[in-house]
Amino acid sequence: MRALSGVYSRLFGAGFRRQWNYRSAVFAGLAANVVFGLIRAAVMIAAARSTPGFGGYTGASIGAYVWLSQAMLGALRVMGPPHDIAERVRTGDVAVDLQRPIDIQFFYLATDLGGSSCTLALRGLPSVATGLITAQLVLPGTFAPYLLGAVSVVAAVTLSLLLLFSVSLLGFWLIETRGIRMLYQILSTFFAGLYVPIHLFPAPLATAARLTPFPWLLQGPVDVLSGRATGSAAWSVIGMQMLWIAIAIGIGRTLIAAGRRKLEVQGG
Amino acid sequence: MAELAPYGSRLTPYVAVLRSRMRSQRAYPLSFATDLFSSLLIGVVEFAEMWLIYHNVTALGGLNSTQMLLLFGLSNLSFALAQIAVGHTDTLATYIRMGTLDAFHLRPQPLLLQLITSDVSLRRLSRATVAAVVLTAGLIGNDIDWSPTYIVLAVSSTLSGIAIFAGLFVCAAGLQFHLVDGSELTNSFTYGGSFAAQQPSAVFSGPLRALFGFAIPVSFVAYLPTIALLGLPGPAWLPAGLAWFGPLAALWVWIMALTLWRIGVRHYQGGGG
Repeated sequence: MRALSGVYSRLFGAGFRRQWNYRSAVFAGLAANVVFGLIRAAVMIAAARSTPGFGGYTGASIGAYVWLSQAMLGALRVMGPPHDIAERVRTGDVAVDLQRPIDIQFFYLATDLGGSSCTLALRGLPSVATGLITAQLVLPGTFAPYLLGAVSVVAAVTLSLLLLFSVSLLGFWLIETRGIRMLYQILSTFFAGLYVPIHLFPAPLATAARLTPFPWLLQGPVDVLSGRATGSAAWSVIGMQMLWIAIAIGIGRTLIAAGRRKLEVQGG
Repeated sequence: MAELAPYGSRLTPYVAVLRSRMRSQRAYPLSFATDLFSSLLIGVVEFAEMWLIYHNVTALGGLNSTQMLLLFGLSNLSFALAQIAVGHTDTLATYIRMGTLDAFHLRPQPLLLQLITSDVSLRRLSRATVAAVVLTAGLIGNDIDWSPTYIVLAVSSTLSGIAIFAGLFVCAAGLQFHLVDGSELTNSFTYGGSFAAQQPSAVFSGPLRALFGFAIPVSFVAYLPTIALLGLPGPAWLPAGLAWFGPLAALWVWIMALTLWRIGVRHYQGGGG
């Protein structure tokens, strides 16, 4: 057991270092976060100020929503380059991964969590800082939102990576997953509440969104971290995240088992 | 002249490449249909996002939800058409990394023209269609006091909008010579510019209004023409009368674009090998 946790912590470290080596790309992503953050904050703050009861948001709390969601976006990896495994499934290199004496799902999860931690530090924290400098972001004054928020952010990143892993595995059946990944990116960011908070959705659309795992990628953790969801509401966000993580692990494992039977590697 | 005819004109090679790219996209109908559908969904979701915000407010930046249709339609139509024509220039970083850009240098044609005509992204036609439908709804739904000058304004604004976004794509490509890893940074020029263009510029505070109004003049794409057509006065620094200067804004973007491109090409050292 100790040897196994040693392997995973090394994979985590390797993932972190690899992302660290691509710092310039991370900072380029940060620049994009800041540009989009400034535009979104201007629009949403103007909207919240003009309308009382704007989804329960005020000028101050909508700023927190915008900047915290921009800060988390990079670590969730829903945008940007495809997941490593997508290319490995396409080329058949995944056969090598399947031979390793380590669980393939947790192998990728540990590595990706390392990468996302680095992204969170290099891209997330400066985004939060930009929100604070422009005085568009007000952080909660009590301790609980930070503690529960940290748990919720880690859970959101874990869930996002597990879901992306499953989407990439569809390559076992489709030759080119670009289309399906594109579709996933559009739908997941919309239902995660990236551009418009789910609290602003009309009731049927909000209900539909909450039936998917996506609100727990962004809207949920942002609510906890900003102090909008406290006490039992915060715990229920974390509970839903745990439930969806369990489901996502199950889906990933089913796809691996089925894909293993489907995979045919040419050459020798 | 007669003996030159078989070789065609100077444009023949470009036309041939574009024709072949169009054929190749239709060669795999299922894949092309999926791409068309994704692109359609992007257009629809982007519109849904705008609609959700305006649905929750009475007016944003001085525009209501019917007037927003004009803003969204103009900005997205211009962007989608620019993307079809030159959007693929954002793959330049891949060419540089793979060393395939050197092949472009071997051909006796201008590099930028080759890159622009190296592809045409027909799949984005569906996004342009969504924008065109929204724009039509906006033109019909709003009480516009049509006169020949307004028709000229609408057409010249759309053409300038396409030119502005196309220029921004070239700016981004020029910067990619320096920032091979920085596609997300250069994307904030193009996609960020498009995102800023579809917002009412009145919500921007001083520095952002100066940035999107004049430095990267995307306010000229949709916001200024919209308020001009609706007969609204416009906020400080961006009076509606400026809408007529769209072509000038496009010229400014292209001066930046060609300068950045020239600096980028001079910086390029080749892929080696």
